[in-house]
Amino acid sequence: MTPETTDTTTPLPAAVPDEPPIPANRLRRKDLVGIAELSVEEITLILDTAVAMKEIASRPIKKVPALRGKTVVNLFFEASTRTRTSFEIAEKRLSADTLNIAASTSSVVKGETLADTVHNIEAMSPDLLVVRHSSSGACHFLSRICRAGVINAGDGMHEHPTQALLDAFTIRERKQRLAGLKVAICGDLLHSRVLRSNVLLLTKMGADVWLCGPPTLVPAGFERSGVRITSSVDEAIEGADAVMMLRIQLERMLGGYFPSLREYFNVFGMTPERVQRARPDVLIMHPGPMNRGVEIASEVADGPYSVILDQVANGVAVRMAILYLLAGGVEHEAVA
Amino acid sequence: MKRLLRGGHLVDPLQGIDGVRDVLLDGDRVAAVGQDLPVGTDVEVIAVPAGCIVCPGFVDMHVHLREPGQEHKETIATGMAAAAAGGFTGVACMPNTQPVNDSAAVTRLILERAALEGTVHVYPIGAVSKGMKGESLSEIADLRGAGCVAISDDGKPVSTALLMRRALEYAGMFDMPVIDHCEEPTLKGEGVAHEGYIASMLGLRGIPATAESIIVERDIALAEMTGGIVHIAHLSTRQALRGVLAAKSRGITVTCEVAPHHFVLTDERLTGPVSYDTNLKMNPPLRERADVDAILQGLRGGTIDAIATDHAPHQADEKHVEFDRAPFGIIGLETAVSLTLDRLVHGGVITLRRMVQLMSVNPCRILNLPGGTLRPDRPADVTVIAPSSTVTVDLSKSRSRSRNSPFDGWTLRGAVVATIVGGRTVYVNDGIPAAAAFGLAVARA
Repeated sequence: MTPETTDTTTPLPAAVPDEPPIPANRLRRKDLVGIAELSVEEITLILDTAVAMKEIASRPIKKVPALRGKTVVNLFFEASTRTRTSFEIAEKRLSADTLNIAASTSSVVKGETLADTVHNIEAMSPDLLVVRHSSSGACHFLSRICRAGVINAGDGMHEHPTQALLDAFTIRERKQRLAGLKVAICGDLLHSRVLRSNVLLLTKMGADVWLCGPPTLVPAGFERSGVRITSSVDEAIEGADAVMMLRIQLERMLGGYFPSLREYFNVFGMTPERVQRARPDVLIMHPGPMNRGVEIASEVADGPYSVILDQVANGVAVRMAILYLLAGGVEHEAVA
Repeated sequence: MKRLLRGGHLVDPLQGIDGVRDVLLDGDRVAAVGQDLPVGTDVEVIAVPAGCIVCPGFVDMHVHLREPGQEHKETIATGMAAAAAGGFTGVACMPNTQPVNDSAAVTRLILERAALEGTVHVYPIGAVSKGMKGESLSEIADLRGAGCVAISDDGKPVSTALLMRRALEYAGMFDMPVIDHCEEPTLKGEGVAHEGYIASMLGLRGIPATAESIIVERDIALAEMTGGIVHIAHLSTRQALRGVLAAKSRGITVTCEVAPHHFVLTDERLTGPVSYDTNLKMNPPLRERADVDAILQGLRGGTIDAIATDHAPHQADEKHVEFDRAPFGIIGLETAVSLTLDRLVHGGVITLRRMVQLMSVNPCRILNLPGGTLRPDRPADVTVIAPSSTVTVDLSKSRSRSRNSPFDGWTLRGAVVATIVGGRTVYVNDGIPAAAAFGLAVARA
């Protein structure tokens, strides 16, 4: 048996350069736990790197050896299809060895603490942990007790930094900039980690951010984050360059935040008529999963302004960039 | 045995003394206070070192000793040791033990264990309701007979306005205060941090200030209606403080305490240097700057009656978890005096005299305890402090069985020098050489 056949990495055709054309740079940090910790320069570096990564998806052989020999564990304590799949594809395209652990199959159900679970995984020397957890701050906690780098794939109601980065990538790809754009974010603001990461990122990058939702679902004191808050959808999307819809979790209705899904859609749902108030080249975005007919009408979700599936595609490129910049950067430079 | 504390600066507001006095202790009582008291042959003379302040014994009226039932967090013995090291000659312990202190049997167990240690005084607080279930009154006369000094369902509020009314009426016949943990449960919900910008950005469920003030207002209205005695535990918001101030000005019998962490820290701390530090999770939560400013004003002006720690030990593993899964509470017995001296006295907020009122005079008055002054014939309970000595908090040396404090490594100006209970020295700070003058009592009387 030759080494090539035992290698999980597909050998690259000679025509494709060994190295993706990426900036010889990296994030000088062990973890990516939130947008809050990132500088404008770091955000720009990730987005620029993702441009190069996106090109790989268009190749006949969608794989580069950047993370060969690196082990990435996707540790999901909360259900996820989109984000976990996106990370897994990103890891495989970079030739990392990946392992998925879902909470339902882990020792957590046996009463093991988060710290013990992660220390056990760490004993097997992973390089990166991609973590989703229902508790806000869980990734910050893990980043302090782990040797491996921690990438936050969503912590409670706190942050979902890779989502905000792929959203920014999607907007920038279409608009060539973020600064000065009016971005409206509508829906369940209170419980959304996508919202918090997007607000942090977009305000850092100079966008004009408007939030819209029922007052019962607006986080207390949020004006201090430098955004405008309104309960009028029309005001929020007037002249908007991008409109992000946030999922209404059906169980929230039981918490008494609003009377019915019917009424929610009537007051806050994104309809083709309402979209008319935005700029003609508006981007309609949704982090998924969507509730058609609750926060967004199907005509809008599937309409000409929708970039919802672009977001999903870009998610892979952005996550490749993050994985590469955190785990691949150093040795990659050394090889080069 | 007679002991003479000689030449120390005595601060005793009830006697109107703030100057150099000798204090003669005879057994467990104060025998005399005066200048240049004569020294008999049978008297042990302790020359109070320069820079020390002699105070009537400090009493922490809000402590969780965890025994019986949660001895992995704290025992009566370790809690008493921590109290002595913190300069407290007495502690009042909350009833949320397992089983709950809702019967004379549990009260007696606590007092027996405390007597075995024989150091600081332990004053049990009985449960308002049986099992702290918020349904029916516990046997309050029985609890009082066994030694309880107050009643409370601390950890949660007295469940309903009706139960609070009954408790105030019933305990009122013994002049026992009802101590309430003021927090409206539906507004608190699953909250883990002060509702506001910080919790919103951190994605933590909020506990609004109104959850506290709405129950404070309820209790004040019921105190007015019944003539009962309400004491508000660990007050934390400016809204609640405003309510207490208004009630006091109307002559309603209401008192309140604040915890050191609520006048030292704000919710901003949750963002770092250690973000989501579970040693910053307590109930009530760390509030915002405007609340801390109001509390400082209340400490200065007199609206706030007492400083109490809400000493809440939790074992390290219990706190080494996700923020929303960690239990509420921090230990406080060994840092309260230093934090108060550093932040309040040196911070120019209060005088030493006011500090003695907040930590000795008023807790004793509220709980009907005999201390609070070193007047002749009162208990020989003395706290000696050195306001100018610097201490660095070292949790590894804590006497408590738990280590859950956010103040590890803090350097503070103001130290406990010695703690004397019933005439016996129960603690000497070995970090302060001059403290050796107080000698550690070897044998027990």
